[in-house]
This record gives sequence, C-alpha cells and structure tokens, in this order.
Amino acid sequence: MLSKESIEKIDYELTKYPADKRQAAVMSALRIVQTERGWLSKESMTEVAEYLRIPEIAVMEVATFYNMYDLEPVGKYKISICTNISCMLRDSDAIVTHLQNKLGVGFNEVTPDGKFCLKEGECMGACGGAPLLIVNNHTMHEFLTVDKVDAILEELK
Amino acid sequence: MVTGAKTSVNTTAKKPVMTDLKGQTLLTLRSLNEENPASLETYIKLGGYAQLKRIVTEKVKATDIITQIKTSNLRGRGGAGFPTGLKWSFMPRYYDGTKYLVCNTDEGEPGTFKDRDIIRYNPHQLIEGMAIAAYTLGARVGYNYIHGEIWQDYDIFEAALHEAKAAGYLGENLFGSNFSFDLYAVHGYGAYICGEETALIESIEGKKGQPRFKPPFPASYGVFGKPTNVNNTESYTSIPWILQHGGQAFADLGVPNSGGTKLFSISGHVEKPGNYEVKMGMPFADLLALAGGIWKGRQLKAVIPGGPSTAVMTAEMVQNATMDYDGLSKAGSSLGAGSMIVMDDTTCMVKTLKRLSYFFYEESCGQCTPCREGTGWVYRVISRIVDGKGKMEDLDLLTDVSNNISGRTICALGDAAATPVLSFIKHFRPEFEYYITHGKSMVDGR
Repeated sequence: MLSKESIEKIDYELTKYPADKRQAAVMSALRIVQTERGWLSKESMTEVAEYLRIPEIAVMEVATFYNMYDLEPVGKYKISICTNISCMLRDSDAIVTHLQNKLGVGFNEVTPDGKFCLKEGECMGACGGAPLLIVNNHTMHEFLTVDKVDAILEELK
Repeated sequence: MVTGAKTSVNTTAKKPVMTDLKGQTLLTLRSLNEENPASLETYIKLGGYAQLKRIVTEKVKATDIITQIKTSNLRGRGGAGFPTGLKWSFMPRYYDGTKYLVCNTDEGEPGTFKDRDIIRYNPHQLIEGMAIAAYTLGARVGYNYIHGEIWQDYDIFEAALHEAKAAGYLGENLFGSNFSFDLYAVHGYGAYICGEETALIESIEGKKGQPRFKPPFPASYGVFGKPTNVNNTESYTSIPWILQHGGQAFADLGVPNSGGTKLFSISGHVEKPGNYEVKMGMPFADLLALAGGIWKGRQLKAVIPGGPSTAVMTAEMVQNATMDYDGLSKAGSSLGAGSMIVMDDTTCMVKTLKRLSYFFYEESCGQCTPCREGTGWVYRVISRIVDGKGKMEDLDLLTDVSNNISGRTICALGDAAATPVLSFIKHFRPEFEYYITHGKSMVDGR
C-alpha cells in the first residue's frame, strides 16, 4: 500500500493537471514511490497504476523508458556518474576507476553490504562542473577529484 | 499551502564558483551581481514583475507585444533558432478551451547547461517572461519541464513559483484584472529525447517521450491536444527585458539576424568552465579568453560550438568566427544552443566520437528504424575501429549509415546523431585513417 506521505505528495502533483488527466502525474508518482522505497518493484508499479486509475502497462511503459527509474534494487546509495564527453574531457574515467576500485563493484552492481550501487549516467546538464556525480537521483557533486570522491563516500554512512 | 508542496527550500542558491562576471552582458542572468540572486526580493529590486504589471493593468494589446518581440530579433535559444515573435503569431487568437504554455528546461545534450543557471539564479525572470507570454497568447496554464538530473535546482524553481503566487504574480485575476495564469514545475527523469518539444509534451501527459509527427504543430495540437506554445527557458527569460527596453534595444545588443545576448555554456578543456552571457556576435577568441583560455597552457584543437548536434570545427575554422547565427554558419557549423565544448591538442577525436555515438545509441527513443538501428550500427563500427579491428571501408560505411539516418526520422534527433559522425570524419579524417592502419590512436598512442 502507498504510504500516507506518498499519497499526499502524489495528490499535490495531481493539482497541476486537469482532473481527468491523472495519467500526467505518473512521472512524479513513480519518482515519489521510488524515493521512499529505494526502487520500483512490479508491485509498486501496480499500486501507482491503481492510485492513478490507469492501466498497469501505461505505468510500466514510463518506468522502463526513463533512465532514472530503477527496476531493480540499487542499495542504499545509488551513485550515478556522468561519463559523457564534457566529463570525459575532464577525466571522469579516473573518477570511475577510483570508485570501482574503492567499492569493488562495476557499473550496475551493488556492494555486498547493500550500501552502494554504481551507475553510468548520461549527460546531466551540468557540464560546467565536470566531472560530476549524483547520489540517489538528488544530490549533485561537481568538480570531482579523487580526494573529493573519498570525502563524499565518507559522508554516506 | 497545498499539502506536499515544497515550502522549506529557500531560494538562496550560491553564486557560480568558477565564472567571472567581468566582460559579460548580464540580461537573462541579471540577478547575478546581487547578493541573493534567486530571491523574489532581489528580482523586485531590479525592477522585476513591473512589465507584467504594466501590460496587464494598462491592457496592452497582444499584437503590440508580438511586434516588439519580432523587432527584437529574438530567436529560439533551445537550438533551432526559430524567430520567437513569429512562433507566437502561430497560436490561435480565439479558442474556446484552455490554451497552454510550455517551457523547455530539459537540457540533456552534452555540453548544455545554461538553463540550469536561469532556474537556480534568476527563476523569477523566467516566471515573469512566461506570465507575459501567457497574457499575450491567452494561455491559462503553463508548465516548466525541467531535466530530472538537476533535482536541487528543480526545488529552487518550485519554491520560486510558490513565492510568486503568494505575492500575486501568478494565479487568479492578477492585479485585479480578468487575466489568470497558473504555472507549474514538472520534470523529466533521464531521457534526452524529451528535449524535443513534442516528446516533451508526451512526457508532460505521462507517456513515453516519443516525438509526434508534425504537422500538426503544438500551436494547434499540443498538451492534452490543446493549442500550446513551447519556448526555451532562455527565450522566455529574455522577454521582460525586451518589454522594458523595447525590441529595438534588444536587437541593437547583437548583430543583424541575431538579436540580444546569448548564454554560452563552455565546457571541456578551458581554465574556467561555466556559463558566460555575452552580446551576440562576440568573436570566438574573446569568448574563449573569458573562459580563461585553453587549460594547462595547451593548444586549441577543436570546438563543438553548439552541442554535438552541431558540426565540430577545427581550430582553424573557429578562430576567426563570431559567435552568432550567421557567424557560425559562415564558418561551417551552427550556433545551436550555444553549448561550446572545447578540446585541446591531447584529445583523440576517434575516442571522442565513440563516446558521442554511444550517447545517441543509448538515447534513441526507438520509434524510427533509421535512428534506432543506425545509431547502434554507427556505435559498433566506431567501437571496432577503437578496438583495433577497423577497416578502411568503415569510414565510408559510417558516412553512408549516417546519411541514411539524417532526414529520415520523425524528429530532428536523427540529424543530431548523424552530424557528429559526418563532421568528425570530414575534419579529422587522417586521425581515423591512422587509427585503422595502426590499431591505436595518433594522439595518445594507446
């Protein structure tokens, strides 16, 4: 069952659209549920579909199309690092290598303690701060160096 | 206050860390000289919302406003460069239902990050620009669609919306008139294609972001099938200044055919990457100098002037170019969204193209066969070259596949995917040939 907090937030998003266009809120409803539960299970998608009164397939189409929805568990902290051209030119490869060595995982893998997952992101629209990463689809860290990455990991307890 | 609304976020985004305001002409980022740039208080102090109040209370005619925008020579800042005043004149004047206004803040093309600074440092000017557009076009509801990856900036913008509404600049019967306008923030969640306006509209409706056939254009069939005007963030944000100073003053800031200022997002191998707002027509060399020049004392090798959907330029091509629509077109590329990616002489163009081609392969929405299959084909062939297994005929194959994507898809993203391949091979062919012959890069030897 969707939590009271999630329903309040989804109801707020619904105020942005005409009353008969509940499907429009599916992008934010999925985000809200994923933020609370860590990832989107089949059951989560069904609950979103029921709440918005739209077919399950309409929810699944959206959840599978947009990269930031996670259809598998991603651990406590999902670290998405951009490797696109502007980041690559400022040596995001070195940051990726450091993260992989330090965490002992490759892209799309979760550490055995379930704490970290590493994802390769596409352009995040913040290339002036390259190289950069985002934690849990929310907090962006820019101008990364190896030392800065260590400090970030240290904070994520 | 609506339950669930974000009210705790304050609008005190820190100023940019790297860029130097000297030498810039701040218009869409005019709040940047102030202590607390994103706040309503700051914007009011700068004369904010005065133009909205004037046109609404004095009942200024929509046609007069559109005339000012046409005179200003403002062209769409999202990359296509379509004249904004002309676009506005496509919206039906008389329509019984709800008309919509949409702002495209979905920056996902590599090197593009200008609109992010508008929503986090000067959100109220965008809100005023959209409200003026809504008044002019008779739109009752507006959406600003924001790139999902910049979540902290989305929060800042949504907080600014609540601030504006509480102060009476959004909502019902503004300034006691019969003009009402509701504006909302909505978001993407990791799909480059949603920067295409009809894909963006599909996404607002809660669907996969797959572009629609045009025509019909959004002006007749947009959000929920209603007439909709879509502009880029920087375009809307220019509007209050144009109404305050007149269309001619905006045009005079720039050069013929390119009015006003332009935000250039400069990334890659420069000392001070970031956004720089300058007058249209600034020489490339001056803009590069503002960004601190090439880093580490190295030499300039190549520039992608407007995002990867614009053709890459060699140092020789770009060094005497001016940064405006005609200037870059004459020099062999285009202005695009002003997303300038700078590469120094240590850059391997083959590996760079491999990364770009992966991006287009990953982000193709899959709707049109030439793009869905072609981008994967291109990526596999370039990967083969980088793996040391390339054949000389691969270069013709890449050109052929790219030419068969370009112009054969529903949206312009097909062309965008083809442009880097065609221009990289055209301007840096010897590097590709060397890679194929030697199985390693001419530049880094690896």
